Amino acid sequence: MWAFIHKLGSPKWFYSISAKLQPWFWGAATLLLVTGTLWGLAFAPADYQQGNSFRIIYVHVPAAFLAQSIFVSMAIAGLVFMVWKIKVADMAASVMAPLGAAMTFVALFSGAVWGVPTWGTWWMWDARLTSMLILLFLYLGVIALRGAFSSRDSGSRAASVLAMVGVINIPIIKYSVDWWYTLHQPATFSITGRAAMPMEMWAPLLIMVLGFYSFFIALILMRTRSEILRREANKRWVRELVGEAR
Amino acid sequence: MHSSNATIDAPVMSMHDPKGGLVVALNATLKRDLTLMLRRRGEVLNPLVFFALVITLFPIGISPDPELLAAIAPGLLWVAALLAALLSLDSLFRSDYEDGSLEQLLLAPQPLAALGLAKVAVHWLLTGLPLALMAPVLGIMLSLPAGSYAVLALSLAVGTASLSLIGAIGAALTVGLARGGVLLSLLVLPLYIPILIFGAGAVQAAIMGDGVMAHLAILGALLAVALMLAPWAIAASLRISING
Amino acid sequence: MAFSSLNEFLAMGGHGPYVWAAWGVTALLIIVIVWHARLERRQLLRGLKRRARREKQQASNYSHRTAQAPVTPAQGDVRDDA
Repeated sequence: MWAFIHKLGSPKWFYSISAKLQPWFWGAATLLLVTGTLWGLAFAPADYQQGNSFRIIYVHVPAAFLAQSIFVSMAIAGLVFMVWKIKVADMAASVMAPLGAAMTFVALFSGAVWGVPTWGTWWMWDARLTSMLILLFLYLGVIALRGAFSSRDSGSRAASVLAMVGVINIPIIKYSVDWWYTLHQPATFSITGRAAMPMEMWAPLLIMVLGFYSFFIALILMRTRSEILRREANKRWVRELVGEAR
Repeated sequence: MHSSNATIDAPVMSMHDPKGGLVVALNATLKRDLTLMLRRRGEVLNPLVFFALVITLFPIGISPDPELLAAIAPGLLWVAALLAALLSLDSLFRSDYEDGSLEQLLLAPQPLAALGLAKVAVHWLLTGLPLALMAPVLGIMLSLPAGSYAVLALSLAVGTASLSLIGAIGAALTVGLARGGVLLSLLVLPLYIPILIFGAGAVQAAIMGDGVMAHLAILGALLAVALMLAPWAIAASLRISING
Repeated sequence: MAFSSLNEFLAMGGHGPYVWAAWGVTALLIIVIVWHARLERRQLLRGLKRRARREKQQASNYSHRTAQAPVTPAQGDVRDDA
C-alpha cells in the first residue's frame, strides 16, 4: 500500500500510467455522452408537467453532481498533498479547480434557463441554485488564492487548506440553505426535486452522469500530465522524454 | 511593552514547566493583544461606526416606512454586522506580521493553534461583542419589533464568535499578500452564509413569536464546530503565510 | 422516439430556445475545455522540445568553438515546428 502510494506520487510513474488510462476514459466519455445526448434529447418521453423543457435535466444534474464531486476530490487531493507531500496530488488539485468552476457555471446557467419555462423568471432563489452559486464563489476563492501567492508551493498549500475548509463547510451550507429555502419559499415547485421518474427518463440521466464523470477523469489526467511537464521541465526524465518523442 | 516579552520568554519557562508554559503564553498573548488593540482605539471603533453607517444607508436607499423597515430589519442588521466584522479581519494578523511578532508566535513551543485562538478571542471581544451590544440600538432605528432585541444581541454575540474564527482562517491565509483585502472577503463570505441564515433566522423567529432555541442551539453548534476545527486551520495557514 | 419530425424535435414543444440554450452552452463549454487542454499540451511540448534543441545547439557550439557561426538554427526550428 505504501509502496503504491509512493509510486503513484512519483510524477514520472503517474505520467506513464495516466498515458495508458487516458484513452479508455476519453472513449468512455465520448460513448456515454453521445448515447446520453441522443437518448435524452430525442428518445426520452416528455415530462407530463414540464413538457420538453425537462430535457435540461440531462445537463443540469450531471453538471451539478460533478461540480460538488470535484470540490470534494480537490479537497482530498489537497489533504494528500499536505499530509504526504505528494506533488502530483497538488498538480491534480490545481487543474480540478477551473473545471469545477466551469461545471458549477453550467449547472447555474442551465438552472437559470430552465427557470424561464418553469417559474417564468431567469432567477429564483431556489435552494439548489443558491447552493450552486455559493459553490461557484468557493471555487473562485480557491482559484484566486492559489494565484495570489508568488511562490507556487505557498499557493498550493494555501489552496489545499482552503479546499479542506470549504469541503467541511459545503454540507453545512447545503443544509442551511435548504432549511432557509423551505422557511421562506414553501410553495414553489422545485425543478428537480421530484418523485420517482420512469426508467426511460432516468436511464439517460444515469448515462449522462457517468459520461460527465468519465470526461472529468480523462480531462484531469490530461491536464495533470501537462502540469507535470510544466513543473518538472528541468528533470532528467522529462528531458529524455522530450528528446525521444519526435 | 512588557507583555510581548512574555511571549518571547515563554520557551525558557516551558523547559521547566511545560503546562504552566501554555497558560502563561495564552495569558501573555491575550494581555498583549488587548493592550495593543485598546491603544489603537480607532481600529476598535471603525467597525462600529461602519455598522451604524450602513444601517443609516438602508432607510435612505429603500424607504423610511417603519413597516417595511421592520420587515427587513433582522436581515439588514445581521448583514451589516457581518460586513463590519469582515472589515476588521484584515488587521487581525497584519500588524503582527509586519513587526515580526507573528514569527515569534510560530517559534514559541506552545501550540500555535492555541495562541491563534487567543488572538481570535481578543478580536471577538473587541469587535463581535461590541457589535452585538450596539445592534439593539440600531434595531430601534429600524423599528425592529419589540421582543426580539435580546435575541438579536445574543445571536450576534454567538454568531460573531464563529465569524471571527472562520474569518481568522482567511486572514491568516492572506496576511502575507500585499493586497489581501478583497481576496479575504471572497474567501470568507461564502463560509459565513450558514451563520447568517441561522442568526437572521433567530431574530425572525423571535419576531414571529416562534421558538428561538433551535436557532440559537444551531448557532451554538456551529460555534462548537468552528472552535474545534478553525484553530488548526488558522495555525496551518499562518505557517504557510510566514514560511512561504 | 419522442418526436415525429425534425421540426418538432427542434421546437421541443415550444421550449426549444431554453433546451437548446442550455445544451448548447454546455456542449460549447466542454468543447472549449477539451480544445484548451489539447492546446496547452501541444504548446508545452513544443516549448520543451525547442528548449532541448537550443540547449543541444549551445552545447555543440561550445564544444567546437570554431570560427564558423551556426547558420541554420532558425530554419531548423521553423521546419521542425511545422
